[in-house]
Amino acid sequence: MYELLKFKDFINVLLGFKDTLIISLVTIIVSIITGMIYSILKLSNNKILNLITFIYFQVVKLIPLLLFLFIFYYLIPRILNVSINNYIVALIVFIIWATAELGEIITAGIKSLPKGQLEASQSIGLSKFQIFIYIQLPQSIKRIIPGGINLFTRIIKTTSLVVFVGVTDVIKVGRQIIERTNETFIIYGFIFILFFVTCYFLSRLSVLLEKRWEI
Amino acid sequence: MSLDKNFLIRVIPLYLNAIKTTLFISLISLVISIIIGIICIFIMFFNIKILKNICKFYIELFRNTPLLIQVFILYFGITKFKIYLGEQTCGIVGLSLLGGSYFAESFRSGIESIKKSQIESGLSIGLNKFQLFIYILFPQTIKISFAGISANIIFIIKETSILASIAVEELFHTTKSLIGIEYKTYEALLLLTIGYFIIIVPISLILYLIKRRISYV
Repeated sequence: MYELLKFKDFINVLLGFKDTLIISLVTIIVSIITGMIYSILKLSNNKILNLITFIYFQVVKLIPLLLFLFIFYYLIPRILNVSINNYIVALIVFIIWATAELGEIITAGIKSLPKGQLEASQSIGLSKFQIFIYIQLPQSIKRIIPGGINLFTRIIKTTSLVVFVGVTDVIKVGRQIIERTNETFIIYGFIFILFFVTCYFLSRLSVLLEKRWEI
Repeated sequence: MSLDKNFLIRVIPLYLNAIKTTLFISLISLVISIIIGIICIFIMFFNIKILKNICKFYIELFRNTPLLIQVFILYFGITKFKIYLGEQTCGIVGLSLLGGSYFAESFRSGIESIKKSQIESGLSIGLNKFQLFIYILFPQTIKISFAGISANIIFIIKETSILASIAVEELFHTTKSLIGIEYKTYEALLLLTIGYFIIIVPISLILYLIKRRISYV
């Protein structure tokens, strides 16, 4: 019954899944940096900067990523008259999204620190940047990591959207195999299991860390 | 960048239709997923043996997989077993299952954060477990987890965009086909953005107002 399906096909799906994971990994690594910048802006007492981060977060929260993907895929290249690589488009959009999400997680972690920490470090004359790097971030890292892992699973799930802008990922590989073999249920089921195993493992890890660090 | 006005006027009915479809699918899916969420939390609260494990498995399964694959399995996968669902049905089933797991999770975390004394005092005045759940715990759960619930509502509405992949005639699919067929990128994207804002802005405002009201009570 399944003579058209070869063992090699499953290996190819796994290789496609590796691409999905790489896109997610690059997204999370870049957004750690941009998320930190976001939270510095958000925690600063400057009203304009606060307003900018507020609007940025609301926009990202309310607009589906697919709209961002469409804008960056169809509109920006036509306006600027340049061709942007599909991978870059997908990465830019995911980073825009993950920056806001991770920035909010970092901000919440830092805000939960006792106020005395901030006052004490101000009183010994540290600059705002030094306070952020040396005092606030190391102490709140235990509160940030579980949420960060959770966000990572959401990024992995969301990367499935790249198929809309023609990036070769696990779904596209699966589709190519299906075109040849027509085994829709097995291939999509296999991809479903791959996503489930990865994300389930990560979300368990996040729950475990949260419990161990007692937040 | 000039807009083709004739084109805009010609396709506005298409977009109105798409808005209607998006709203229709979101609304039905939201209602079903809230019902699924309540059933799950009900089963988990009453500790019904086998069903409890099924619920937990269901929640983990749907929270940890992308909607895109879920609807692909529903739309392309199960045709292998001679089950044919229309694309709208598939979309509604997929969204409801996904939403159900998210709502169940929000309700669960809400019910867990209710103080033990609430349950004890409820039992001590002679309520049975069912009354306790209906009159004491569930109303408080809604209040406590309202932030999560409203985030889920927005999430479900946003996720309808993914149904474009199985040709549900919603906003994104309409846009994608107009760009593909007529090559009117600016106009189609403009209408998509406007149409999407017409849906999401009022809903998020209403949720914000409800949240403010609840937090004052």
